[in-house]
Amino acid sequence: MADTYPKWNFIFFHDPVQWERVVSGFYVTVQLSVVCVILSVIIGIVGAWAQGSPSRLIRWTVQDYIQFFRSTPPLIQLLFFYFALGQFTPTVTGPDGWTEQPIISNIGWAIISLSFFAGAFNVEIFRSGIEAVPDSTIEAAESLGFTRAQTFTNVTFPLALRVSLPALNNNLINLVKTTTQAIAIAVPELLYEMVSIWNDYASAQNAAMTVLFFTYIALVGILAFGMNRWENKLLVPGFGKAS
Amino acid sequence: MRHAQPNPMNATTDLPVILEPTYRGPDAIGFSRWLGNMPVWALPALAIFVVLWPTILHAQAAYSVDKIMGIMAKWLPLLITQGFLMNVIISFFTMLFGTIAGLFLGLGRVSDNAVIRGFSWLMVQLFRNSPRLVLLFIVMLTLPFEIQIGDTYIPVPDWMKAVFGLSLPVMADLAEIVRGAIQSVPSAQWEAAHSLAFTRRQIMWQIILPQCFKRMIPPWTNWYAIMTMATPLVSLLGVTELVTLSRQAMEAEGNNPSLLMPFFGFALIIFFAYCYPIARLKLRLEKKFAVKG
Repeated sequence: MADTYPKWNFIFFHDPVQWERVVSGFYVTVQLSVVCVILSVIIGIVGAWAQGSPSRLIRWTVQDYIQFFRSTPPLIQLLFFYFALGQFTPTVTGPDGWTEQPIISNIGWAIISLSFFAGAFNVEIFRSGIEAVPDSTIEAAESLGFTRAQTFTNVTFPLALRVSLPALNNNLINLVKTTTQAIAIAVPELLYEMVSIWNDYASAQNAAMTVLFFTYIALVGILAFGMNRWENKLLVPGFGKAS
Repeated sequence: MRHAQPNPMNATTDLPVILEPTYRGPDAIGFSRWLGNMPVWALPALAIFVVLWPTILHAQAAYSVDKIMGIMAKWLPLLITQGFLMNVIISFFTMLFGTIAGLFLGLGRVSDNAVIRGFSWLMVQLFRNSPRLVLLFIVMLTLPFEIQIGDTYIPVPDWMKAVFGLSLPVMADLAEIVRGAIQSVPSAQWEAAHSLAFTRRQIMWQIILPQCFKRMIPPWTNWYAIMTMATPLVSLLGVTELVTLSRQAMEAEGNNPSLLMPFFGFALIIFFAYCYPIARLKLRLEKKFAVKG
């Protein structure tokens, strides 16, 4: 078959070694995406809550963090975190007993920098959602004796979440797409594994590209489908659109 | 006549249920506005604090400040004419192809032909939902390096392939911008034009689209800035541009760490110096349009 279709050799479907590489790459991509999505949402919620804090110092810190991560490309952030900050982290002895390894691996740095990258946008998204909740609603909660934390968890946030979901949806899809840029610091995710497969076997080039392209479409599609279902489930009739 | 009982379902209040959210996303107008609002002294400040100061601080016996300055002076003409000019050319052609293709794809999304509508929907979904880097890899490696027409071979340089790879996601996103702008024109305009016996094509090109261009200018200029910033991505694939050349120049000069700051700092400054005036100009244009309403 390789003779008639020179670049369409689906080698990973009949060679167990290559199949292992595809599966491990897919596993790393899914792991990276899931961990970054969860961490970035947590950063977004905490940051949005901190932006409403009475302390000016905390508000300025959050604002600077947002400006820095919003205005630099994620590729540069990855390189900066891994090569610049990675030099200052302590090293530990590796499993073989004599090599020195940095305490945070390249996957660790990818998770940290991508989470902070998407988290900066999530702070903005949740902030705009929280600001869309009218003061009168919060005053009503206060008059019922809610504390600031109780108002946030029981009144403001559930309402803000429904306003924020469409933008959050877009940002998380963008995050999953950005995980491919971790190839720059040699994180063995799906793109990295696929590129090394077609570097090893030139005959697998087009086959690997096709599988790569549609795997990412499927991953993003599943996320978008799930988020849309969640959005519809949370929908309160007559609420969510500005009147 | 009996006094009407107040119906609780008809009760009104002036208290808002929810306010308009003010989110500015990554592709929204925010980026170039943020850039344009920087003070004019930001550029010289960057030059001093990001390039000159660390260079002097990190200078070693083997690589004194004078020697580093000499190396920079030697490479600067190449970096600008072969490097940064390439970034500008790549971003220009990417936006050109992306805009033309995006305009037609956006028109296809609102076509009254179901096949064209379905096809454009599929194209937009495919290219919006796949990572930019994956598209770049696919286009760079599958496009031929030369095209044969009859007996003549036309070479396709690798930067041209990078342009095609980068313009695919731009095309899909601009298609959505065009569709949004077309749908934001009140439907009464369509009805009014229909009643004046305009055909569908005439309405689109003579009435709807001229109004859309004004709405599309802010997201378009923002995409231009984002695209220029994204061009170093092609250095991952070995296309000759500023970052690729800077790396090669540093290798040729012995790969000393004290060269890192001057070279990458120069890249930072030249990108800033290029995007900053565009962002300023855009802010001016926006203010001008805002007065006219």
